[in-house]
Amino acid sequence: MTISSSAFTFVRELVRAESAIVLEPGKEYLVESRLVPLARAAGHPDVDAYVAQLSTRRSPAALKQVVEALTTNETSWFRDTDPYTTLRETIFPELARNRPRKQLRVWAAACSSGQEPYSIVMTAMDTPALAGWRVDVTATDLSEEMLERGRRGEYSQLEVNRGLPATTLVRHFERQGLNWRINQSIRERVEFRHLNLTRPFPPMGQFDVVFLRNVLIYFDMPTKREVLQRVRQVLAPDGHLFLGAAEMTMGVDDAWERVPAGRSSVYRIREEQRTCVPW
Amino acid sequence: MRALVVDDSRAMRRIVTRILEDAGFEVLEAGDGQEALDVLAAQETPPELACVDWNMPVMDGLTFINHVRKQPQWRATTLMMVTTESEQSQIVRALAAGAHEYLIKPFTGEAMLEKLDLLGLLPTPVGDQT
Ligand SMILES: C[S@@+](CC[C@H](N)C(=O)[O-])C[C@H]1O[C@@H](n2cnc3c(N)ncnc32)[C@H](O)[C@@H]1O
Ligand SMILES: [Mg+2]
Repeated sequence: MTISSSAFTFVRELVRAESAIVLEPGKEYLVESRLVPLARAAGHPDVDAYVAQLSTRRSPAALKQVVEALTTNETSWFRDTDPYTTLRETIFPELARNRPRKQLRVWAAACSSGQEPYSIVMTAMDTPALAGWRVDVTATDLSEEMLERGRRGEYSQLEVNRGLPATTLVRHFERQGLNWRINQSIRERVEFRHLNLTRPFPPMGQFDVVFLRNVLIYFDMPTKREVLQRVRQVLAPDGHLFLGAAEMTMGVDDAWERVPAGRSSVYRIREEQRTCVPW
Repeated sequence: MRALVVDDSRAMRRIVTRILEDAGFEVLEAGDGQEALDVLAAQETPPELACVDWNMPVMDGLTFINHVRKQPQWRATTLMMVTTESEQSQIVRALAAGAHEYLIKPFTGEAMLEKLDLLGLLPTPVGDQT
């Protein structure tokens, strides 16, 4: 039994309006499988009945739950490896030469359950040029549930298996029952806050590095462009942007240039587009 | 590239072998640590990777790793423990004995590939298209 087309259209429009995520026709199965638990919890026999009630009552809390259930939170430690190698070997050492105050600010802009911002902190700890530096990571996401998980910093066995070197696991985590919790010294370097990338950003100050990975792929072209433009406003003139393996700025927002760095590429604001004065 | 899969469970050997073959490895198998040492000794060049269970009859995985690490001719073989043992102290023990990586059962094929990527043993990195 699959979801009716009117229910699918309602959910599709809702998710599109709230997160800019586009659910293509053919994603009915995804909508159905993600909403079944919510429908059951709300006492409805099926997803259609649940959506029918949502569309008449429009309770903000319930609508938000639906949006969260449909945004993919797939993530892993040191995802794709190369970006973190590049950060440690190229980007951090370069920034270290240009920041006399010995402070860096990094933004993980769609942080999911926290693996990405914590991987960034651990990478900074492993960068000799940053010994004695203060590196703060701001981690944001649309999903309150993911932010809460990130703050807690506790991960299942399956999650710590995903991309985390065993030496890093025993060094930076403590076993808690069946789970593993990342150490306080790392947790306190990350601030988790809610932010919807498709809306104007709240005041956040300027960042030296931005990770905007595996989220633009879900957006339509105008939204991708707007997000990349807004990111330029919060990135230091000599700062760097990391995108996901399947993402790029070319043809989306050409104020960015792609520069090879280590085994991957990063993005910089083109010289003529840099509006603020360098440090 | 070649890999040796050491596990007393035939079903588990089949799962690991399948993942490794899909990743482009040629796979050898052994049902315990002693058999694994015999398989290694019979190779002209040692395999690049050994995935080793901990709990096995005859010779367990930790003892096997200790033996392998004492033999200079097997130094090039990367050792990954693949086991249900999940206590922090056990992981520390295995790493101290010379295991390069540690994968806790149960695991997904993706998790195994990510470990191989960390070890630099994947022909093409995991770069994903989600
Ligand atoms: C596939 S995960 C990527 C996580 C991490 N960046 C990585 O690369 O592993 C995508 C994340 O983007 C978040 N997200 C989706 N739409 C968003 C939006 N409009 N604003 C902020 N975050 C959003 C989701 O909640 C999810 O946690
Ligand atoms: Mg066994």
